[in-house]
Amino acid sequence: MAMLEIKDLHVAFPKGKKSEVEALRGVNLTLEKGERLGVVGESGAGKSMLAFAILNLIAEPGRVSQGSIAFHGENLLELSERDIRSIRGNRISMIFQDPMVTLNPVLSIGTQMVETLKAHRRISDAEARKLCIAKLKEVAIPSAESRLDAYPHELSGGLRQRVVIAIALLTDPELIIADEPTTALDVTIQAEIMALILKLCRDKDVALILITHDLGVVAEVTERIMIMYAGLCVETGATQQIIQAPHHPYSAGLLKALPQFAGRGTRLYQIPGSMPPITALPPGCAYHPRCERATDMCKAQIPPLEHGCACFHPLDQTEAAS
Amino acid sequence: MISLKGFITRFLSDPVAIGAGSVLLILVLMAILAPFLAPQNPYDLMQLDIMDSEMPPSWKPGGDERFLLGTDAQGRGVLSTIMYGTGISLLIGIGAVIVQGVLGVTLGLIAGYRGGWIDAFLMRLADIQMSLSTLMIAIIVLAIFQAAFDANTYADYAIFMLIVIIGVAEWPKFARTVRSSVLGEKSKEYVDAARVIGLPPRKIMVTHILPNTLTPVLVISTIQVAEAIMTEAALSFLGLGMPTDRPSLGSLIRSGFEFIFSGSWWITLYPAIVLVVLILALNLLGDWLRDVLNPKLRRGDD
Amino acid sequence: MTDAIVETKGIEVRFPLPTHFLAREKPVLHALNGVDIAIQPGESFCVVGESGCGKTTLGRTIMGLQSPTAGEIYFNGQRIDQMDEAARKPIRRDMQMVFQNPYASLNPRRNVFETLAEPIRHLMPEKTGPEVRAQVEEVLAATGCDPSWQRKLPHEFSGGQRQRIAIARALVTNPAFIVADEPISALDVSIQAQILNLLDDLQAERGLTYLFITHDLSVVEHFGTRVAVMYLGRVMELAETDTLFSAPKHPYTRLLLDAIPKIEGGSFDNPREPGELPDPVNMPPGCPFAPRCPMAEARCRTERPELRTLDNGTQAACHFAE
Repeated sequence: MAMLEIKDLHVAFPKGKKSEVEALRGVNLTLEKGERLGVVGESGAGKSMLAFAILNLIAEPGRVSQGSIAFHGENLLELSERDIRSIRGNRISMIFQDPMVTLNPVLSIGTQMVETLKAHRRISDAEARKLCIAKLKEVAIPSAESRLDAYPHELSGGLRQRVVIAIALLTDPELIIADEPTTALDVTIQAEIMALILKLCRDKDVALILITHDLGVVAEVTERIMIMYAGLCVETGATQQIIQAPHHPYSAGLLKALPQFAGRGTRLYQIPGSMPPITALPPGCAYHPRCERATDMCKAQIPPLEHGCACFHPLDQTEAAS
Repeated sequence: MISLKGFITRFLSDPVAIGAGSVLLILVLMAILAPFLAPQNPYDLMQLDIMDSEMPPSWKPGGDERFLLGTDAQGRGVLSTIMYGTGISLLIGIGAVIVQGVLGVTLGLIAGYRGGWIDAFLMRLADIQMSLSTLMIAIIVLAIFQAAFDANTYADYAIFMLIVIIGVAEWPKFARTVRSSVLGEKSKEYVDAARVIGLPPRKIMVTHILPNTLTPVLVISTIQVAEAIMTEAALSFLGLGMPTDRPSLGSLIRSGFEFIFSGSWWITLYPAIVLVVLILALNLLGDWLRDVLNPKLRRGDD
Repeated sequence: MTDAIVETKGIEVRFPLPTHFLAREKPVLHALNGVDIAIQPGESFCVVGESGCGKTTLGRTIMGLQSPTAGEIYFNGQRIDQMDEAARKPIRRDMQMVFQNPYASLNPRRNVFETLAEPIRHLMPEKTGPEVRAQVEEVLAATGCDPSWQRKLPHEFSGGQRQRIAIARALVTNPAFIVADEPISALDVSIQAQILNLLDDLQAERGLTYLFITHDLSVVEHFGTRVAVMYLGRVMELAETDTLFSAPKHPYTRLLLDAIPKIEGGSFDNPREPGELPDPVNMPPGCPFAPRCPMAEARCRTERPELRTLDNGTQAACHFAE
């Protein structure tokens, strides 16, 4: 049995009085212990929604309208708020984009860490503090003992995100969900933080769901990739395989559009148009208006996800590799 | 940003807004059309008959069907005086808010955009103004005014004076609101883009920043109209507002107040009800506007 | 190199920090510390650096949005930083700017036509109504905008479309020089390529010179002719793009290059030490990069290296660069 298994997940938001729009339109996902998965997509593709759904944190008035999320075989959607709290922040941890969302500005870092720990473990204050210092050292925070009494605003952005990671690791989770953990940070700090997350996941055999728009970061950190478009997974598979030979025209377009691949003075490949908002999805494959391979079939039917690619006209081996 | 269509849709889907809006509309129409609708003209001394004074509402024993809500001590129909009085109250309320708005928006805009010592000076001025209660200023100025001029001159200029006094006393509310939204807008890149073109600061303030600060101005305007009407009513009740021969709702309540214990409760009660309903409708509408125009509180598709 | 279109000589920008007005000490933030750059006509001159390095301040100072505390700025040989508004007006036609956030750079209450017509009306008052309309339509067509957009408000457009409109506004007076401040960093991946291609095409058609401000070195590699790497208000290295990428001379440049996630993966495998910017208010006396520099010696902490030209033409501010 897989550690996490999501089946046919739909998330809907009310539109007007009667109708609903779907932010996720049937997403399937399995994650094994210690596996690192990258979820890639543009803003509005539904990638953050997926993370929130797993933690049962979808904000009102949105709701999971269909599907199941099984964690070690237990459907998270059917758990009581009390039971879900014993999993969320404990066996599944979360790292958000903005560390200030996770950290309370009026409490010292030590207080927050000890609180988190005591919420999930029976442990004395002294032991908790000792453990916190150990975790801060693990995330390479210099002079960890003295930082425990610091307040979040006294730390730089990079150190704050390290503290958030230390908090996420406190309870020795089996899965970490990181939602754009480095988008707000500078490139050199991003490299530090991603290298740290990668090392910790490897050392402790922790599974990771990394949500990002940055294909480079995904390539560096994850083993498997899931590319999302307009609330659906359009392609999934081993990271390097997809990066070297994407089959879905959208994945191929995204990769070709990266400036790294175009020589100087040459034009970048560009996907025309932009992703439709979930309130105005075209019929059939949501990507067809932007796709150069689209046919009448694409306009009528939603292509199913087969062999890791949801496309009626995928690129074949030779096309994909070029 | 909300479109006009979205705005109307929101309005029509909210029973409170429809209720408050229609009550306000009725009261405004009633006030505007008073010369055509009112059974009597309370300003026309020829129509008054002292024999008609203190008649109860028409359905009570002793009532007269010419006077649906009864008459006051001078024989004026309460219904007619309410219709005219609502008009005067609204006129003062709206007039005062226009004065507040023009003063407050201008000073707030200058303070926010210029910053520095101009900002510091204007905002300290606002603090001082706010620490003096509007009612207190109004009482002092009006008392002096009343003492200095004879009753006829006072009656002629009372509306004007009330508008100016309530208007000047309350400008800091607008100035503060506008200043804080100017500070928010000023740092946005569209203002930089206008500066790159080389537009003069005055033009940037008026044509770029001002239109983007009007939403909160609209919201407080509604609530300030209610506030100004209340202030005027309070002043009139103290005998410092509108004279009894051109009564506002406040002076009507006052003129009937001394007859409450002699049994003529209708002279005070009906204008009081209208005043309360008017203020309530304005406040409800103001709250609703704030919710609709605040993008942070808005959800859904509009 | 006297024929530079834009040249800065030793510009400094200092911001007084807000304090109590009776405070004895008036702390000052040094945003720019003596920056000399000369941009040749037809270049795509890139400025890269992390947040707080002064790259945005440099662009804003050149455009006159910020007046320099010291130093001189020249445009086509004319000194512009102390010009009065009347004398500067004809120059404003030739210098325009594209901003980072297309959601904030368009006035939400103005339709596209009004936004685009304003620069013409102000800077070219000799134009008649029909000429203004013709010019607006010409620039809309050139930037790939539909002529039907003219009567629409900004909120009806997607981020990419808004950025096209913002570019159209910058081009409407036919400028020779454009400052583009992170013009693609607020956009989705598939849209970034569209905007970069548009900037490329416009440069080819109109002979534009760009000052391109970015934090993303992979964009620089594709787009730039020369690059200035900035750190804490100073230029650390200035080189031809190819030279910078093939032979980076300054240790900070190397750190930046090393931080780019590679699509082949593998470069985040080793953990990195946390590096932090020193406090820009109380700058250390020596090299600003010394606290993070792996090569730093005692000399670096006391003596600030000046920008000097090396054998291969690169300029670097490092005692040990050669």
